[in-house]
Formats: sequence, C-alpha cells, structure tokens
Amino acid sequence: MSPLLSLAITLTLVLYVAAMGLGLVRLLRGPSAQDRVLAVDFLYVVGMLMMLVLAIRHDSAMYFEGALLMVLFGFVGTVALAKFLLRGEVIE
Amino acid sequence: MSWPPLPEIVVALLLLASGGVVLIAALGLVRLPDFFLRMHAPALASTLAAWIVTFASLVHFSARGEGLALHVWLIIIVLSITAPVTTIVLARAALFRRRRAGDALPPPLRSSGQ
Repeated sequence: MSPLLSLAITLTLVLYVAAMGLGLVRLLRGPSAQDRVLAVDFLYVVGMLMMLVLAIRHDSAMYFEGALLMVLFGFVGTVALAKFLLRGEVIE
Repeated sequence: MSWPPLPEIVVALLLLASGGVVLIAALGLVRLPDFFLRMHAPALASTLAAWIVTFASLVHFSARGEGLALHVWLIIIVLSITAPVTTIVLARAALFRRRRAGDALPPPLRSSGQ
C-alpha cells in the first residue's frame, strides 16, 4: 500500500470520527426523543462506512459481514425505537 | 519519486470525498434548526457517502487481479431498501408526537392538480 493511500485512509477515518463526535453532540443535546433516534441512526451509518474503510485499510474481506450486520441492526433498532415513539410499545 | 498506481489514487480521492460528505451531513445534523430539517442531513451519509465508499472498495478489490469484487453491492442494496423505511417511520413518529404535544407542524402538502 502506497503512502498516499495510507494517508488518505487515515484522513478519512479522522473525518469520520469528527462526524461521529458531532452526531454524539446531537445525541446528548437533542431536544426531543426523535432527535436522539435520528442521531443513533446516523452513528450506525457512519460506523458502517468506517468498517468499509477498514476493509480497504487491512485488505480483508471479513469486514463486509460486519458492515452488513451493522446496516441490518441499525435498521431494526431505529424502526423499533420509532415504533416505540409512535405507540409506546414495540410489539402489539 | 514515482507516482503510486492509478487505482490507489482513485481510491484515495473517493475516500477523501466520502469523508467530506459525511462531515457535511454531521454539520447539518447539528446546525439545522428544526427536526424536520435535520432529517434531511443524515440521508447524505446513507446515500452519497455510502455509494462513494462502495465504489472505492470496488476499485480497490477489483484492482488486485482476482476479477470483479461485486459483493460490496450487497451493502448498497440493503441500505437503499432500509433507509427510506427508516426515514418514513421516524417522520411519522415525529409528526404524531408533535401533533399530540400541540407544537407547530410543518404545512401540509398540496397536490399539484389543485
């Protein structure tokens, strides 16, 4: 791996961490519950992107399963939380 | 000093672009004033940034000479099915909660035929 790609991957991960920090600000400060759910969903997506970048960094295909699981669990978790906000219970 | 091979330059540029897009999405999530405005910002991360990173890893894993690495598309397919469902369910929940709390709602949509 060339130094250019290595530097670019490091910079990208730094940008992702900055974005996750901003998402964490919204998660902790968010005035309403739906703001916090939105921030959690955003953190899931950025974490999934981070897994894909790490797959390039370590040249391994094993990270794709993790990224796929993060997409699925993020979807299920966000829909369950939104359903809870809508009805007060998840399964009725 | 020699230039690195072309696929690595492409992958590096795509990754930096995705980092910028994700940072813009996070800034929108923090700075926009209202919840229904804030809902727009994370869509940037789950569509544009995810596509860019997918193309980057497609280029990177296909440039190793083992044929096309198309399994990354699976993530894009799953994400493009789940992201709209998440957005709609969350928007309905937010509308319901605001209506019940008696807060100000966004104006209703008008059909274009009227």
